[in-house]
Amino acid sequence: MSFEPPDQESADLLALAQSVAAKANASEQVEAFVERSSYTTVRAHGGEVESFTSAVSAGIGIRVVSDHRQGFAWARTLEADAIADALAEARDNAPFAEPDEWVGLAEPDGIAPVPFDAFDPSVASMPASQKIDLALELEQMVRDGDPRITGVRVATFSDSSSRFAVATSTGIAGAGRGAWCSMSALALAEDGDETYTGGGSTVGFRPEDLDLAEAADDAVLRATRLFGAKPVPSQRVTIILEPRMAATIASLLGSTLTGERVLKGRSPFGDRIGEAIASPMLTLVDDPTDHRSYAADMFDGEGLACRRNQLVVDGVLQGFLYDSASGRRAGRPSTGSAVRGVSSTPAVGCQALAVAPGAGSFDSLLADIDTGVYLQTMTGLHSGVNLVSGDISVGIEGLMVRNGQLAEPVREVTIASTLQRMLLDIVAIGADVEWLPGGTGCPTMVIADLSLGGS
Amino acid sequence: MIEQSVLEEVLGVAMRTGGEFAEVFAEDRRNASAVLDDGRVEELTSGRDRGAGIRVVVGDTTGFAHTADLTEAGLIAAAEAAAAAARGGGGGTNVVALDRRSASRGYDIETYPGNVPKARKVELLGRANDAARAVGGAISQVSVSYGDNRRHILVANSDGLFVEDDTVRTFFAVSCVATGDAGMQTGRESVGHTIGFEMFDMYDVDQLARNAADRALTKLAARPAPSGQMPVVIGSGGGGVLFHEACGHGLEADLVAKGASVFRGRVGQQVASKGVTVVDDGTMEREWGNIAVDDEGNPAQRNVLIEDGVLTDYMWDHLRARKEGRRSSGNGRRQSYQNLPMVRMTNTYLLAGEEDPESIIASTPKGVYVKHLGGGQVNTATGDFVFGMTEAYLIEDGKITEPLREGNLIGNGPEVLQRIDALGNDFAMGPPGTCGKDGQGVPVGDGVPTLRVSSLTIGGTAA
Repeated sequence: MSFEPPDQESADLLALAQSVAAKANASEQVEAFVERSSYTTVRAHGGEVESFTSAVSAGIGIRVVSDHRQGFAWARTLEADAIADALAEARDNAPFAEPDEWVGLAEPDGIAPVPFDAFDPSVASMPASQKIDLALELEQMVRDGDPRITGVRVATFSDSSSRFAVATSTGIAGAGRGAWCSMSALALAEDGDETYTGGGSTVGFRPEDLDLAEAADDAVLRATRLFGAKPVPSQRVTIILEPRMAATIASLLGSTLTGERVLKGRSPFGDRIGEAIASPMLTLVDDPTDHRSYAADMFDGEGLACRRNQLVVDGVLQGFLYDSASGRRAGRPSTGSAVRGVSSTPAVGCQALAVAPGAGSFDSLLADIDTGVYLQTMTGLHSGVNLVSGDISVGIEGLMVRNGQLAEPVREVTIASTLQRMLLDIVAIGADVEWLPGGTGCPTMVIADLSLGGS
Repeated sequence: MIEQSVLEEVLGVAMRTGGEFAEVFAEDRRNASAVLDDGRVEELTSGRDRGAGIRVVVGDTTGFAHTADLTEAGLIAAAEAAAAAARGGGGGTNVVALDRRSASRGYDIETYPGNVPKARKVELLGRANDAARAVGGAISQVSVSYGDNRRHILVANSDGLFVEDDTVRTFFAVSCVATGDAGMQTGRESVGHTIGFEMFDMYDVDQLARNAADRALTKLAARPAPSGQMPVVIGSGGGGVLFHEACGHGLEADLVAKGASVFRGRVGQQVASKGVTVVDDGTMEREWGNIAVDDEGNPAQRNVLIEDGVLTDYMWDHLRARKEGRRSSGNGRRQSYQNLPMVRMTNTYLLAGEEDPESIIASTPKGVYVKHLGGGQVNTATGDFVFGMTEAYLIEDGKITEPLREGNLIGNGPEVLQRIDALGNDFAMGPPGTCGKDGQGVPVGDGVPTLRVSSLTIGGTAA
């Protein structure tokens, strides 16, 4: 299988990765993952540039497998002596692992990657003055958005252009590149002695994709609609999740469906293949070959082609995600789902989750809710979600829904259920799929019968 | 790491376009970690991160650039990039003369982990795995992780400050899954200190593993936590994350200055119950948040934030302090040379009171006892914060009774501080934490005595 890196810089990185992989001796496998990226971040505050950061960073992660034992080392530089040290360290680390027959690098599987290249050189070549102007413009738009806006904690412009390559002594060779830019603002609104914050953001593969007005409007609306919010009494509620919130639930589910978690007995859905784990309305795929996703890619972290993986179809669990080692252990092929950075070994993970569209708009789904809560923010996801037991409990801010309409604001309350129950309690999925900055595509979702903890 | 003459040259270049302040922060960090999971030592990892971040300040603007190239040419290129991003009206050459100071943390590292054979680190993993599995058949999965790092930093700035420091941290954690009729539950135990391999003289690895296993087993019988408001007793050392979230972040001067803190303008006011004294203390020896100097070269301090319920001061970094014409409180920290510093906590804790912890529970007719807290999160503008309970029990008739499933608690910082109505005499530090702010994580410690909050909202599923 022949593969042409998209440009000279990618080709140079691939050549470097291959030169490291070629140092494997007869009794070992070697993999090198190399990355180089340049980025800038402009932060605006009070009509001034608060900070302007620009940098290039690069790094390499090296895996050595011998006798079914894996060692790893990384360095955040591509200087020759550091690479030699990392290879020596990875080799030195390997014998301390205990052998596992499934451990080993990926092998070419004959599946050709779906061509994809959203790299736009104009991201990297954009003049600094233009980035500064955009950040200042966004801050001003937020300030002008409502008389109660008293400031913007920060308005940022960020861009990143990166290239990566992965090569192994087993014949894997992959390289790719990506570029994106994004902007975000966190608005502060004051009325009397109350202060609220609201965030808005926009992301694109090209600078012209950025929609400043949408980001500013979102930040202003969210900061100004919570005045007078207070706890409501504890009760059972239906919640309506706009796409960005629903994507959080989809991501939690996706995290439980990795072969790694299943094989190690840490997934609440590990023995449920072929069973209905969710409402028949839910269909969930992980598909980095869908080019609408901001996480679309040709290769996974082990250099295998990305592919479309069905996880849940009409509520029925179809399968799990695997990298090459967990796949071997499960007796299945890799699903091209290895995710990684320079400083970690590949792990199984979701790349571009997408919930299939249902029917109806946000407004029409809202109109069907008698009493419920519209969630604007969720806090404490890291402390209130246990993906082994499935327990979920988060703090929220939002608006009550009464008779199909958004009503009074609410804060300092929690909502709780379990992931297992929430999936079965999905009562509506909208048609309004939104592609979010993290790469997930998701429509509005309505979930019934959660516990609200309040006054 | 870098010659003094080179630093002076680089700072001169950074100031040449009219900078008012320039700084070189260089870092050389080595990480080692080892993981056992599913009954097998999976891998050892070694990492190396070395580079420098250079910032130039003009007015309210900071230009920042970082590089992995520590040669004179590499540093000058970064200095020029940072200076170009923050161009002043002035110009001309600035001569910087550095005055080298020493950093001291009052104790020595006994055993550098880098000198400990890898086999000894791996042996700890196996011991913990065996001890956790020996607790009982319901323990269905165990993972154990070991980590150490050595971080050498250098800070030199245009005020003439020049200081270097060497910090060693060691970490160990055990996580267990227990499987029962009603599904799976988890239990965790972690320890971390700003010391070397001598940490394992302080702890019995087998006992740490048994603690994690016991927590998972206990929760197999747990019932859903209540939903709604009730009194909450926090256990000694269970986690000062309550104070980290309820007031710590809101007392960071950068958030205060931007109007994003509910504690803005409240210095000198009674913000907490009498008897409540909250301290942030980077000098606390051997603790996870210990620093000799912060990442701007200022010595760590013990800063009293709230004294007997009265707000005494915020926490400060160099830039925010400079603007107010005062000294930094030694709270300028950053994740790595690739990040700008900002105001961060170190070890944040609540001083002990005088009550007997047993009597605090006995005088609570109905409530929740949280023995171990998880992480938390706060919206500093509203003061609303959440924190997780990883090990909690019902209190009924003044007695600790049934275990509860996990969940978050929610409260409002200024209200909760006023609702502290009992403080125990049994202060202890909690497990090591990582505090995240604007995408940067730094190691922090926390501690509390047994204490009671008269009312907090518990985010369970039971009526």
